[in-house]
Amino acid sequence: MGVFAHEYPNEAGIVRAALASSFVALLLGGVMGLIQALHRTGYVQVIDDSTYYTVLTLHGVSLAILFSIFFLVGFFQWAVTDSLDRPSEDIRFTKLWYALMVLGSIMAAVPILGGFIDQTEISADVLFTFYAPLEAHPLFYAGLAVFIIGTWLAGIDWFRSWWAWKQKNRGEKTPLRTFMVLTTMLMWYLASAGVAIAVIFFLLPWQLGLVGGVNPLLTRTLFWFFGHPVVYFWLMPVYMMWYVILPKLAGGRLFSDPLARIVFVLFLVLSVPTGIHHQYVDPGISEGFKFLAMTNTMFLLLPSLLTAFTVVASIEHGARQRGGSGYFRWLTDLPWNRPAFTGMALAALMFAAAGFSGMVNAGMNFNYLVHNTLWIVGHFHLTVGTAVALSFMASTYWFLPKITGHKVFSKRLGLVQVVVWFIGMVFMSNAMHRIGLAGEPRRTADPFYDGVTFETSLGTISELHAQIALGSVLLVVSLLLFAAHILLSWFNFADKDAPTPDTIPPALSGPEHAPAVLENFRLWTAIAIGLILLTYTLPIAAIVSGNGWFGPVTTFIGDTSSFLTGLFHAVFGVIP
Amino acid sequence: MEIHRYEKIWFGVAVLLIVAFIGTVAYGAVGAGIEMVDDDGGTIDPNNLSDHERFGDTGVHQVGDGEFEVNMIAVHPSFIPNDIEIPEGSTVTFYMTASDVTHGFNIAGTNVNSMIIPGQITEITVEFDESGTYGFVCHEYCGSLHHEMEGQIQVVPEDEFGGDA
Repeated sequence: MGVFAHEYPNEAGIVRAALASSFVALLLGGVMGLIQALHRTGYVQVIDDSTYYTVLTLHGVSLAILFSIFFLVGFFQWAVTDSLDRPSEDIRFTKLWYALMVLGSIMAAVPILGGFIDQTEISADVLFTFYAPLEAHPLFYAGLAVFIIGTWLAGIDWFRSWWAWKQKNRGEKTPLRTFMVLTTMLMWYLASAGVAIAVIFFLLPWQLGLVGGVNPLLTRTLFWFFGHPVVYFWLMPVYMMWYVILPKLAGGRLFSDPLARIVFVLFLVLSVPTGIHHQYVDPGISEGFKFLAMTNTMFLLLPSLLTAFTVVASIEHGARQRGGSGYFRWLTDLPWNRPAFTGMALAALMFAAAGFSGMVNAGMNFNYLVHNTLWIVGHFHLTVGTAVALSFMASTYWFLPKITGHKVFSKRLGLVQVVVWFIGMVFMSNAMHRIGLAGEPRRTADPFYDGVTFETSLGTISELHAQIALGSVLLVVSLLLFAAHILLSWFNFADKDAPTPDTIPPALSGPEHAPAVLENFRLWTAIAIGLILLTYTLPIAAIVSGNGWFGPVTTFIGDTSSFLTGLFHAVFGVIP
Repeated sequence: MEIHRYEKIWFGVAVLLIVAFIGTVAYGAVGAGIEMVDDDGGTIDPNNLSDHERFGDTGVHQVGDGEFEVNMIAVHPSFIPNDIEIPEGSTVTFYMTASDVTHGFNIAGTNVNSMIIPGQITEITVEFDESGTYGFVCHEYCGSLHHEMEGQIQVVPEDEFGGDA
């Protein structure tokens, strides 16, 4: 096999475009993060308190939605094309979904940026969660919808490629990377349905005046229907990297191909029916439903714990192939001079820590101590902010040459960059966890209250604020290094050679050992839907019977019929 | 499919850990009787709070010996009431709702923590055994002055309590 950029120039073009979009969002979102961290700790305040929430919305949407998902589609496009070894079925369709994602991003970004300009009424200061009845400009919701439709088409594109491949390779197991992409996308279709329904059937009709109001608990529940599994959408490409790339970089190969497939199937089945664990302290949802969501969430620890085993085992195998020995001495035989390896290994280490703080969040009763405090923010800066973001950046050092056709600018600079990110996050995330235990809330411009003080059991609040500020500065330094490095590599300032073509070695225990039932996507999707119905039907029925589809009304039936009438009028233009 | 022996052991330990986690929470809920925020509070029309028997009459009400009820409305950027006085050793049930957007309620440094959502009534019961001042904040973004939304609970020794006792 040659270099991807030369074998599949059209597909490589899409991958490059997606990565470029992703990195623009990363840089923008990261700088917003610095402004916030320095503002809320009181060190440097360049904005008003009220503008803080515009900055926070931009930070959340840029990083959690745009950076992560643009990177994902680029990486998945490479994974599918490369592992099936066939081009896109129709490159125009591939370009279409990318264009839709860009269009959606711009549509959502315009009203958010409008929040910075006092002269305009247009704004979307609703944060990443946009809980109604907070209102953003309709363009914001419409942009989100267009963006998500773009990702749906991307999934269809990859299923088409797989289908065409299958016609020619009957009886063969789907290549591992494509298998991972397809299970991830199936999960995504189920998960994103929640937010799509919230936007299309409830938020937009409410804003356009088609319906009388909104049921805040309903749209909030639909948001979390999407809002939790979306974290697995960010995470599953990272798992692919840890399963496929990391063992190879360590000098070995994946331990077990079938087990990797089982892990992805578990994510497909279990990811969605967990969202209510973000609503443990919500009124209007009974304890039993919360308990059910917790049980599902706890079982989701299983694929992650299995991953921890497989990844460490694969890395150890790699180290031993390189001559490593002893119980722990093999650790010194790993390629720590390679930024892609070191970055991903550090990200995985941070993810282990995040797993522990996540177990606290997932416990219904522990959650009372930490819900909506900075603890939560500390937690997800370890997961999406490090396990995902650092793995994405680190893997780019390995991945970029394949899609540009030449090596990256400097390994040493890359190494510095990933290590600075790790150190910055150690400071920031640790301090956030601790200050959260003291009760300092998240999402606030100014956590210095007249009549409320926060007390830590160890150290002082101002020490912890200093650590948050220091950490955020280091993180943005790392980010700027990354951006500079990518520019220098992209345009090949150092005039580097083409990369030596490499392949991903097969697993020790290969796909031939995988039971055939794993390939039965219909079965797994059906089980996933069954679990979702089991977890969500009753809570949603209770929420709607209590307060209507569109705010307080008396009956479920009456409200449903008024909804259908409203929809009919909207569709056929008969405005009463 | 071949599964390595160590992998099997790990799998077993992982499942055990998960079951243990669920078990401790189940024990906390059933055995130790920790009550969670749930749908007990019922629903309400957020546009007509003043007509409601509870929220037409916000504030602190003594309902029994050492038992109080607080009827509270959250509306950006205030809690009504925001200054609550009760005697030491009281059991206080908070009934909270919102008239505009979603808010949060957290007594700093404690596990008294809940959401306040328009259309829903949040009901939580808290025992205040030690005198002192307990600050609470809104912990869900509710508008441009969200960071100013706070209040206090003064828990005073029984002989100093001057409320409607």
